[in-house]
Order: sequence, then structure tokens, then C-alpha cells
Amino acid sequence: MDAVTLEHITKTYEKGTVRAVEDVSFAVKPGELFGLIGPDGAGKTSIFRILTTLLLADSGTATVGGHDVRTDYQAIRNTVGYMPGRFSLYQDLTVQENLNFFATLFDTTIAANYALIKDIYEQIEPFRDRRAGKLSGGMKQKLALCCALIHKPTVLFLDEPTTGVDAVSRKEFWAMLGQLRQQGITILVSTPYMDEATLCERIALLQGGKILSIDTPDNIVRAYPHPLFAVKTDAVHSLLHDLRAYTPVLSSYAFGEFVHVAFRQNQPNNDAALRDYLRARQHTGIVVKPIAPTIEDRFIELMTANSTAAHGN
Amino acid sequence: MKQLLVFIRKEFYHVFRDRRTLLILFGLPTAQILLFGFALSSEVKNINLAVVDFAHDQATQHIIGKLQASRYFHLQQAPLSYAAMETAFRQGKIKAALVFPANFSADLGHTGRGQLQIVADGSDPNTASTITTYLTAIVGDYQRQLNQAAGALPFQIVPETRLLYNPEMNGSLNFIPGVLALVLMIVCTTLTSVSIVREKERGTMEVLLVSPFRPLLVLIAKAVPYLVLSLLDFTLILLLSVFVLDVEIRGSVMLLYGVSTVFIVACLSLGLLISNVTASQQVAMLVSMMGMMLPTLLFTGFMFPLENLPGPLRLIPNLLPSHWYYLVVKAVMLKGLGFGAVWRETLILLGMSVALLGISLRNFNIRLA
Amino acid sequence: METNPAPAISSHELSKHFDGFRAVDRISFEVAPGEIFGFLGANGAGKTTAMRMLCGLSYPTSGQATVAGFDVYRQQEQIKQNIGYMSQKFSLYEDLTVLENIEFFGGIYGLTNQQLRTKSEELVTTLGLQSEAKKLVRGLPLGWKQKLAFSVAILHDPKIVFLDEPTGGVDPVTRRQFWELIYAAADRGITAFVTTHYMDEAEYCSRVCIMVDGRVEALDSPANLKQQFHTDSMDDVFYQLARGAQRGE
Repeated sequence: MDAVTLEHITKTYEKGTVRAVEDVSFAVKPGELFGLIGPDGAGKTSIFRILTTLLLADSGTATVGGHDVRTDYQAIRNTVGYMPGRFSLYQDLTVQENLNFFATLFDTTIAANYALIKDIYEQIEPFRDRRAGKLSGGMKQKLALCCALIHKPTVLFLDEPTTGVDAVSRKEFWAMLGQLRQQGITILVSTPYMDEATLCERIALLQGGKILSIDTPDNIVRAYPHPLFAVKTDAVHSLLHDLRAYTPVLSSYAFGEFVHVAFRQNQPNNDAALRDYLRARQHTGIVVKPIAPTIEDRFIELMTANSTAAHGN
Repeated sequence: MKQLLVFIRKEFYHVFRDRRTLLILFGLPTAQILLFGFALSSEVKNINLAVVDFAHDQATQHIIGKLQASRYFHLQQAPLSYAAMETAFRQGKIKAALVFPANFSADLGHTGRGQLQIVADGSDPNTASTITTYLTAIVGDYQRQLNQAAGALPFQIVPETRLLYNPEMNGSLNFIPGVLALVLMIVCTTLTSVSIVREKERGTMEVLLVSPFRPLLVLIAKAVPYLVLSLLDFTLILLLSVFVLDVEIRGSVMLLYGVSTVFIVACLSLGLLISNVTASQQVAMLVSMMGMMLPTLLFTGFMFPLENLPGPLRLIPNLLPSHWYYLVVKAVMLKGLGFGAVWRETLILLGMSVALLGISLRNFNIRLA
Repeated sequence: METNPAPAISSHELSKHFDGFRAVDRISFEVAPGEIFGFLGANGAGKTTAMRMLCGLSYPTSGQATVAGFDVYRQQEQIKQNIGYMSQKFSLYEDLTVLENIEFFGGIYGLTNQQLRTKSEELVTTLGLQSEAKKLVRGLPLGWKQKLAFSVAILHDPKIVFLDEPTGGVDPVTRRQFWELIYAAADRGITAFVTTHYMDEAEYCSRVCIMVDGRVEALDSPANLKQQFHTDSMDDVFYQLARGAQRGE
């Protein structure tokens, strides 16, 4: 039995004018670390709120742990853990008081499930008497995770746990999720950071309330349909302009110091021809090399393919 | 059950760790009671007083002389006619007048019983009552002198008091029940709604809802601390009234606590209702201030006499729980009436509380939207 | 564009202390005109405090700094005239239309009506917002809001534009369009001073400054930094530097 299922879930706001989630279906296996990847407004939070029984979908069905989100909400609330987008802690309570409160709320004690949170809690234990409001972003994140885990949930929902958190804390956080996976907890996590997608077992790419693709990160990258090249010259901005003016180029997107380029037709001499073109355009320091695509390349490719009809947005 | 207790303890942490909440809880009622108490009942001096003397004899001259000697009064020079006195009151030139009937001394001499009239401006009830007391004392002083001189036959001067504009002296100590209603409203309605909405704002409400803890218990856990705190506030106001303002509580204290609890339930329900329909602390604050406090100030009758309301507006107070609460507390606390006299008002209040509680429970969202 | 030989921003031993706490601890760097300067750091490293001082919003405790040639102690008003500012949190008035926002912010910086007309026309056309010009900003997709906010921030042709985490939560395509706007502005000689949490974004910058615990721990081009730290990602450079940080936010 799947830990989480969604079938044709649609959710609109403002009397149907804003379509937040459109006909979304997917299933998460028990023990899986599943990622919802997409920018703000993709529908990640709405999906999470529907699954955690906080919102009712307009249409479609969904289950968590076999319980229907509409009719069986109390059963779901008894078993899931949820960390909303903002760090939902009581700022004026201490670390210890927060943890105690949530443990009691879930009718358990810190001691009962200590093994589960031990590794995380030990990092914040030196600050146990500090008020949550006075903790650093990374610490708050750890405390919130402890609070969401304290009742040993079967399914854990983490809504953008790493947004606004610096790169170091993000890395540590994902390391903790990796450890939790070993404990057999099903984890659904959402993030706007494409580079975090590869840390999940399976991901759903979301854009504008619709699913662009669902698969393992490897398969998603593998499905990228074109050979991809990284191009660099000494003048990034004019390079972008020139690439766009060059008809054989299908797409060109800046990726750091390089520009990722895909061609319309798969010709063996594509890279050599491009080099010549750029030289003719007075570029210096030209580098053109084949590279493996990333999740972000695939996301952009799917996104633009999807929005050719509906331009903009 | 343990969950509920832990939840309630958490609410108390919130209260005791927030200086602003504490200030509203305990600073506000203290300040209000002291302000109303002392600002309105301070000693009066240099009262503009007129004498209407239809008798013009030795006795009235004697009393007028005493008045002139008193530092409390500033006697208008010429005695006035009755009509001129009324005009002077209207124009605010005098605050009080002493009227001697034409046969004052004659009655006093023949029957041993003289009547005079004290007229005071009742629109300022505290001052009026003080003036009346002073004037009665001065007349009483003269009566004692007469009796000492005459020996056997006791003379009796009976002052008849007449208050202009506010004959029932509404407002003298009435502010205490008014402050009670106001403070309970602030604590129960405003603070409760703000504390719930704060959890919505911070996102903790989401976590609470997605927990096995029943949504209904969230409400109870929110309500209990504020119920306790408002009863504390109630006690604080009673103590301040008795020991600082020397107000005598004439009726049953138990009855007062009972009625207050009923009123508190109404206020808590209102607070829950407000928290249901608002999403930010500011809005919750604004709604409870504008929607609840202002009507309480305007329409319960403790600040402004309800008799002055124009026709249809006079119906509004009947819709306010605070109005009925005010009536009951006034009757019990200041007039010493028992439950038998206020059961109708209490019943209306109880009905309102039950209805409000029902509505707020029905409307409580077990989801976010 | 005439090149100005003087640096757009110059900071020498700039410090800010709060009750003995060194939020910013003697930072020194220079930013050349037209440069895209990335300003990175963990939460609490002192980025925001440093940026506030450079924008003329708070006085440094010690050290010297000039922005657009003006002194941060004595010429805060001139600094504000010569910089643009955009942050993720506050950028535009949601309940004003696109044009009203442009007029308002242009007006603040003293643009004449004539200038405003041409500028707003130009801006609306460049961003392709013609059909949205008279609509409320509230209804725009996030990505468009950000692009509009940036364009409004450089409406008055400032010498320097400060961007505080400008691309948070934006989709990858819009994010790149946003960066192209920054490139275009840099080509016009506008210096961009950018903070971001996206480490891959740091690679779009000509130079990157990484702050740890209030101090500047690294300052170089992304390519040089990656070489220096023997890695192929800025993420890793940042991790190696910031891992040892003592303080949080």
C-alpha cells in the first residue's frame, strides 16, 4: 500500500479564479524520500495542506497512510508529522518547553522517542533553556524538525524547510533527512532549490500547479532530449545575445559562468560551428564543451515546452 | 487530560512572558479604577451657590452668613428669583442653590419644623452629591445651635434635595460596574482573539491542527487561562474599589462572581468568533476594539446616560451583553439587590452567552479555510 | 559610458558594533564601476548590517567607506540619491498599478514628468508589460514583480544598485531573465551589489565576497575561488568557509 496517494487533485482559490493545483496525481511509497520541486506559486504548499487535512481539495481524492484526507482527517492527524513553511515554534518558549509541549500534544514524551531525534537534538541541547526566538535560523530549523518528529510519525511533511536558510545549514539539514530515511519514515519535502532535488529518491517537478514530470532524479535528467554544451567567453552578456541570434541554437540559459546551449538539430559538428560563429563575433576566451544536463536544465526545458502555448508567466 | 493541562500551562507562559499583555491585564484595570475613582470624587471647593430667599428673616440670614463663611462655597451676591435661578443653572453660572420658602421661619417657630430646598446640578453627579452633603451639614449645624439655645422644644429643619438634569444620580459610582464590563471585555475578547490569531500568523496553528489534539480542545485550552485571568482581574477591581475607593459592596459577592462568569463566557465566545474571521493580530485587535469596546463605552450607560439616546438607538443597548451585565452588577453591588431582583437580566445574559458560545463553536474551523 | 576611475564602492576597515558585539568586523574591499559584486554569507554573518551602512541607513562604528564617491558618515543624503535598492521583502506597492508604481518611485527620485513618461514607456516595453501597465501589481506573477521591481530600482540611473536576495523563490527561467537585466544594467555602467542564498547564482557575479562572522573571509572571482578551494562548485567553496562559523542570526 502506498504511503501517500493523490488522484486528480485540483484546488482553486478566490472563487476559482486562481488555480493553485491542477489535476495532480502521484503516489509515494512507504519509506520513500519524495521531493516536490518548484518555484513559489507552483502549488507545493497547497498540496501539503491538502495532504495534512488542513485544506479541502475542490476535486479529486487523496489518502495518507490509507486514510482519506477528507473523511478520515483525525486518523491522519494522529499519525503524520508536519513542518509548515515558516518555523512554527513558539518564539517565547524555550527549546525544552517547545519540545515538551509538542510531545505532550501528541500524547507522548521526549523520552519515549528519544532515539529518533537524538542525533538532531544533541546539536541543540546546549541551548535547551534558550527561547526559540533567540535561536539562529539553522537551530530553529533543527528544533522544528525535532518537534515534528517527536511522536514518531509514519509520514513526515516538510514544506520548504530550507528556504531562507544559508547553504551550510541546508547541507546539514539534508544530511539529517538522509538519516531519518534509514529509520523507515516516509518523507515528503518541498523546495524551490533545484540542486536539492538530487538528494531525493523521487521527485515531482511542479510549475503553475501542474506536474511537469515525476521520476527519480537520474531518470529525469536522462530524459533531457538534447545533447547539451557549456559555453563560455570573456563577455557573458553579449554571448547570450549572440547565441540567441544564432539559428541552430534551440535554447541558451546562463548557468553561472557558463551558458548551457542545446541545438535544434543533433549535428556532430555543432560545437565546432558554434566556435567559429563566436570567433566571427569577436569573442575571446571561447570554451565549448559537452556536459551532462542537470535537473534545472530539464526543468527549464519542460517549463518552456509547456508554456509555448501560454506565453509569459 | 494531561495534554490540555500542558496546553493551558503554555498559554500562561505566553501571558507571563509578554510585558504588554501583563500591562493590559493588571495595569489597565488599576489605572482605570484609580482614574475614575479619584478624578470624579475629589474634594470640591469654591462652588458657585445662589440663594433664593422668599423668607428674608433672621433665621435665613443666619444660615446665609454661615454659607458665606464657608470655604466650600462662593455665594452669588443678590438673592435670585426662582426663574432667575433656573436660568443661572442652565448657563452654568451656579452649581447649586438653596431655596427658603416664604414661611420658613414661621413654620420653624410654630410647628418646630422648617422646610428648605437644596437644588444641585445633577449632570455632574459626584460634585452634586458632595455639595448636597456640605449644604445639609451646614443647615444641620444651624439646627443644632437653635436646639441648644431653645432647650426642651426640638427644632427640626428638613432639607428637601432636588437634583436638576440627573435626578437618579446616575454615574456616581456607576463607573465601577462599567469598568468591570470594559476590562472583562478587553481580557476575554481582545486578548483571547489576539492569542489565537497570533498562532495563525506564526504558523503554529497549522501544527496544532495537524496533531491528534482535538480542535475543540484547542478552544478550551485557549479559553481557560483567560477565564482565570479575568476572574483575577475582577477580584482586583473589587479589592481596589473596596480598599482604595471605600466603596461598599452591598449585595452578594458570590452572585457577582456568578454573573461575571456568565458574562466572561459571552466575551470569550465573541473572542473566538473574531479569531475565526480574522487572519492578523492587528485586524483582530481593531475588530474587538471598534466592534466591542466602543459599543460598551457608548451604550451600556456608564459613560453617557442612555436616556439621552435618540429613539431607535435606544434599542441598541438591549443587544449588548455588557449592558445587561452592567445592570446586574450595578443592582447587586451598589444597590444591594439579590438574585430575585435581577433574575430577568441574568437570564437574558445567560441566553446570550449560550447563543454566542454555540455560534462560535459551530464556526470554528477544523481546517485552514 | 564614461568610465569613472574612482571605485563605485570602497570600504576600509569598516566596522559596526552593537553593545560590544562585532556585527561587522573591519571589512575592506573595493567594487569597480559596472561590476557585479556578489555579497555572500551565512545567516547572521553581517551581510545586512554591512549593506545598511553602505546604503546610508546606519552609521558605522569605525572605519571608512565611500559609495559613489560619497562618505558614509557625512554624505548619506547624496548616497541615497545615487543608489537604487531592491529587496525580496519590500519592492513594490501591491495595491498600485504598474504605472503608478513607476510614477511614484520615479517621483521620489525627482524625475521630471517628461522623463517619467519616456522612462515608463521604455520600461513597460522592455519588460513586455504593455497589457498589464494599468493593472494592479498584486495580480502579476512573482517573477514579473521582481523584474519590475529591479527596473524601478534603476529608473533614476543610479551609480549603484543594491539587491538584497532578489531572486528568492523565482522559477529558473525567470531567474535567468532577471540576471540578464542585471547584466544589461552593468553594461550601462550601473554597479550591482547582490546578496543571495543561491550559491550557483554567485557564479554569475564578476567577483564574490564571502563573509563569515562579520569578517571578509574570501574575495575573488568565482573561477579563482573554486580553483583556490580545489572544487568545481561555489556551494562547496562557501561550505568550506562558512562551516566554521561561530554564530547564527
